[in-house]
Amino acid sequence: MKIIKYLHPKEWIQILLILIFAITQVRFDLLIPNQMRHITMLAETPGSQLSEIILSGGLMLLFALGSLACVVIVSFFASRVSAALSMRLRDMLFSKVGAFSMEEFSHFSSSSLIARSTNDITQIQQFTVMALQMLLKVPILTIGGILGIAGNGVSWTVATLIGFGFVLAVVVCAITATIPQFSKMQNLVDKLNLLVKESLTGRTVIRAFNAKKYHEKKFEETNEGFTNTDQRTGRTMAIMSPVMSLGTNGIILAIYIIGAFIIISAEPAQALVTFSSMVVMTFYLALLFTALKFITKVLPRIPRVAVSAKRILEVLETMPVITGGTRIEAKPGCNGEITFKNVGFKYPGASANALEDVSFTIKPGETTAIIGSTGSGKTTLVHLVMRFFDAVEGEVRLGGVNIKEYELNALYNLIGYVPQSATLFKGTVSSNITYGENGTNAYSKASINHALQIAQATEFVSTLEDGMNAPMSQRGANFSGGQKQRLSIARAMYRNPEILIFDDSFSALDYKTDREVRDAIKRSAVGVTKLIVAQRIGTIMDADNIIVLDEGRLVGSGTHGALLESCQIYQEIAASQL
Amino acid sequence: MDGHQKKPESTTDNSARRLQGTAMGVNHFGNVAEDVDSYGQTWKKLTVLCKKFLPSIALALLCAIVGTFLQLTVPGRLREMIDIMQLGITETLDIHSIIHLGIILAATFVIIAALNYLQSYIMVGVTAKISKKLRTDISRKINKLPLGYFNRVSMGDIISRVTNDVDTIGQTLNQNISMLLSSSVLFIGSLIMMLWTHWLMALIAIIASSICFFISKAVLKRSKKFFKAQQSELGSIVGHIDEIYSGHSIVRAYNGIDIAKKSFITLNKNLYNAAWRAQFVSGFITPLMSFSGSLAYVAVFVMGAALIIRNEISFGVIVAFIFYVNQFTQGLTHITETMPGLQSTTAASERVFQILDEEELSDETDKTQKLLDIKGNVTFENIKFGYEKEKPIVHDFSVSVKSGQKVAIVGPTGAGKTTLVNLLMRFYEPEHGTISIDGIPIMNITRAHLHAQFSMVLQDTWLFEGTVRENIAYNKKDVTDEDIVAVSTSIGLHHFITALHNGYDTILDYKTNLSEGQKQLIAIARAMLQNAPMLILDEATSSVDTRTEALVQSAMEKLMSKKTSFIIAHRLSTIKNADLILVLKDGDIIESGTHHALLSQNGFYAELFHSQYSLPA
Repeated sequence: MKIIKYLHPKEWIQILLILIFAITQVRFDLLIPNQMRHITMLAETPGSQLSEIILSGGLMLLFALGSLACVVIVSFFASRVSAALSMRLRDMLFSKVGAFSMEEFSHFSSSSLIARSTNDITQIQQFTVMALQMLLKVPILTIGGILGIAGNGVSWTVATLIGFGFVLAVVVCAITATIPQFSKMQNLVDKLNLLVKESLTGRTVIRAFNAKKYHEKKFEETNEGFTNTDQRTGRTMAIMSPVMSLGTNGIILAIYIIGAFIIISAEPAQALVTFSSMVVMTFYLALLFTALKFITKVLPRIPRVAVSAKRILEVLETMPVITGGTRIEAKPGCNGEITFKNVGFKYPGASANALEDVSFTIKPGETTAIIGSTGSGKTTLVHLVMRFFDAVEGEVRLGGVNIKEYELNALYNLIGYVPQSATLFKGTVSSNITYGENGTNAYSKASINHALQIAQATEFVSTLEDGMNAPMSQRGANFSGGQKQRLSIARAMYRNPEILIFDDSFSALDYKTDREVRDAIKRSAVGVTKLIVAQRIGTIMDADNIIVLDEGRLVGSGTHGALLESCQIYQEIAASQL
Repeated sequence: MDGHQKKPESTTDNSARRLQGTAMGVNHFGNVAEDVDSYGQTWKKLTVLCKKFLPSIALALLCAIVGTFLQLTVPGRLREMIDIMQLGITETLDIHSIIHLGIILAATFVIIAALNYLQSYIMVGVTAKISKKLRTDISRKINKLPLGYFNRVSMGDIISRVTNDVDTIGQTLNQNISMLLSSSVLFIGSLIMMLWTHWLMALIAIIASSICFFISKAVLKRSKKFFKAQQSELGSIVGHIDEIYSGHSIVRAYNGIDIAKKSFITLNKNLYNAAWRAQFVSGFITPLMSFSGSLAYVAVFVMGAALIIRNEISFGVIVAFIFYVNQFTQGLTHITETMPGLQSTTAASERVFQILDEEELSDETDKTQKLLDIKGNVTFENIKFGYEKEKPIVHDFSVSVKSGQKVAIVGPTGAGKTTLVNLLMRFYEPEHGTISIDGIPIMNITRAHLHAQFSMVLQDTWLFEGTVRENIAYNKKDVTDEDIVAVSTSIGLHHFITALHNGYDTILDYKTNLSEGQKQLIAIARAMLQNAPMLILDEATSSVDTRTEALVQSAMEKLMSKKTSFIIAHRLSTIKNADLILVLKDGDIIESGTHHALLSQNGFYAELFHSQYSLPA
């Protein structure tokens, strides 16, 4: 359990306290039978005073209260330690994931990262609490119980140890036998979920293709497998309860019978001691069996929590592949220049190259468009400029320097990026426009207005009740696709970058707005390098230079007119749209 | 001692729900079932479900009851044993009686254990089978429900019924039914035995062991607030994480991570505070219950000793009482534990039966009419339809399509284009009017037979977890690899598939990164392979770039020749060569004709067309 190393000294002190109070608790628990024995002796001795008995009873009550207090204290610290550990893990995960580039995101997938930061940590937290409250006490309870019994005679101790050992063996066997079944079951549950989800999302297709039976058969197979495993596990686990009660009862019976034999051969005075000890033996046994109960509660959870821990550690131990350099500025005179030099790229795990031997230069202030069919590598190219991935072959240069030399924050301060689908965050309209840190300008209302104007968003923002301060829900769910896209464009404009990148950002806009936005950008962002990925030829035909990609290769570049003359693929695209 | 195991709760996608698992354990002493009537209804249905297993269940219950009765005899025998030994301290010990009693007790213990296990063994099997049946029933039901149902109910809700709710039913049935019965017997039995043995001691023991029980009930009531707080904090942090992780490229591109971190730290701290409090409060219960045990033992010992001194009872009574108190508290705790357990069974069953009782699509076993040697003349006559009765989408739609025609349906969003397809495929039934194929009303043929007449590509592409090959071949039998490759090649998909790491055997799952366009192509390949007499394309190429679309179109063209086909398109370039273009607006045809005829009309269609293809000046 490597997770333990993330506990801080503060928590270790609390764990130490837990240990101390757990020991104190068991000590209190052990004192209670002593008083019971005392009462028994008093009861069996003619002429005892009632006051003595009540005194003993009072002491017992005191010890019980002491024990209760200790348990509460233990639970207090255990709750705090486990909550603190999970807080720290969540924090570390979040920071780590924050440093991830798309490379790592595509490796883990963002939904899995979310699950790791939430569900898996909840698992760890729940387990830690149990471990601290129960597992930690198991040895203390066991030792306490055995010591308690051992103080009263060898034959009883032997009988207890044999019985206890037998039960322990059965319990451990049952648990270890079922542990692998649990993870198998988890997989089957996931599979069942997936199949139901599929038959729901595909309901129309399933009906249209008359494929009910096809899916029912698939479901039935998994269902059968799950049921069998479920039944097997249930039946194995069901052994524990009867064996444990048989164990306790058996040991008590053995103790009584052994007691009878001791009493038969003992002096009356000695016999009384034996008798009283025998009566309270049940309570020592209770300690032992509490320990056993804890084991049965904690052990079955281990495989699941181990998986969670592994998943968390996997993330924590992943080193981001893409790290920044030291440079904070472009080479003087080259501001806004983008150069691809024989760039090749392959997505992790893919067999074919997404980009192959792509070379071009975009001069400062130029507008360059990239066009090509689905899967031709347009977005990949943008991702390389954004350094979401690093080129596998060749180099990408920005402002005259290899992109890897820039400090990451500095690199992103040069760029205004508008992705395919608008991503907005909870907050307000203006908090989204001014989103992030751009290193230069402080918050300015005028700049926000200017950015909104360029993005043709002024009008709809002004109709909102709170205007710029109108609330934005998570992922911008309270705005339409076109509105979000315009806000996303405004966000890029607000940064005043040297380079603007639009990755198919105009498709969500209607034709009229598309043109108005592009005209406004052209007017206000003079001298800014613009890289536009587009599907519509209409969007890009007035670009200074158009790059045509096909299956990852650059197959043409030039102006609209030139390409119409020379580039076959461009001709095909044009023909399909006009 | 109890040692029954709970299966680890099944994982659900969202952690809030998982947390509910913990909170549930604490809600135990909560509210009473509100609606007694539906309560009874649900249990009646459950009983019907269990009918098949009634003999097994009866046997299990018998085991439980006999076992419990045997348990109740134990303290009495132990008392006898102790009394003999007590006498033995001063006089001779009757070892024969002791051994005799010992043998009886040992036998009792073994029988109890055996009965216990037999009971669990049977119940595990029964509940596993019941759960299995419920899962199968729901999964079948999904395919029998009218599609309209899914507009009302969320997907997550249905999934959670199949797994979580069925799981809850399985677990609670398994543990609670027999436990409730045996605990009740144990509780009442031990109560009677105590009172019968010595009423005064019984009274004191009962009072002592109940005090803490009520205290813990009160604590639990208050603890709900802490769990609510924890839940809501968890909700906010999950929301934040979700937003930042999903938008990570923007976070990175705008250097937003520091800001995100700042709000995260606050949320995380809040969650910490809520989490440890909730955990701490819930940790109160177990120690309180065990303290309550100690309290009762103290009472028994003190009171008992006092009575012994006065020679009113023998020492065996104290020992017997220790066991009775144990049985009594065990019974009490288990009963209170089963109550909410049964409540969740009821709640879960209600949700499961709700879906199972939904009205199904009409039965069609008596429909024997078949479309033989299909020509493909399709007529819509005076169709009226709305997804909701008050809001008709299609008002009075009539059209007659001739065999082999290529019909395009265009119009703005919400004009009812997809609705027409839904009606043609009988995914929904029109309120009024008839749709016929070759003169036969489609109401007169079975849905399955109707569906077999169409190859269909839908707007939302749907792929399932399986290989590319399985996704393309899908439900069609006797498909050769050559067929699949040929179809894929014809629409330009082959190159992409071979670039995947396992080619056609690559498993498509959540890890596979397919673009919308690529998914659409796979769906198109699937439909082309079906090669049914008629074709429906509902925005089939909306996510494919225009050049690929042209390629797909030419492949389709071959497929569509001589077939009646319906094409819904957003991009008008796709449908220029259709035989008939229907321009829909608000559920009615406002224009119809060929591309050129419509353009020269200079109406709505012409306006739509020009708005898409006007070029910047």
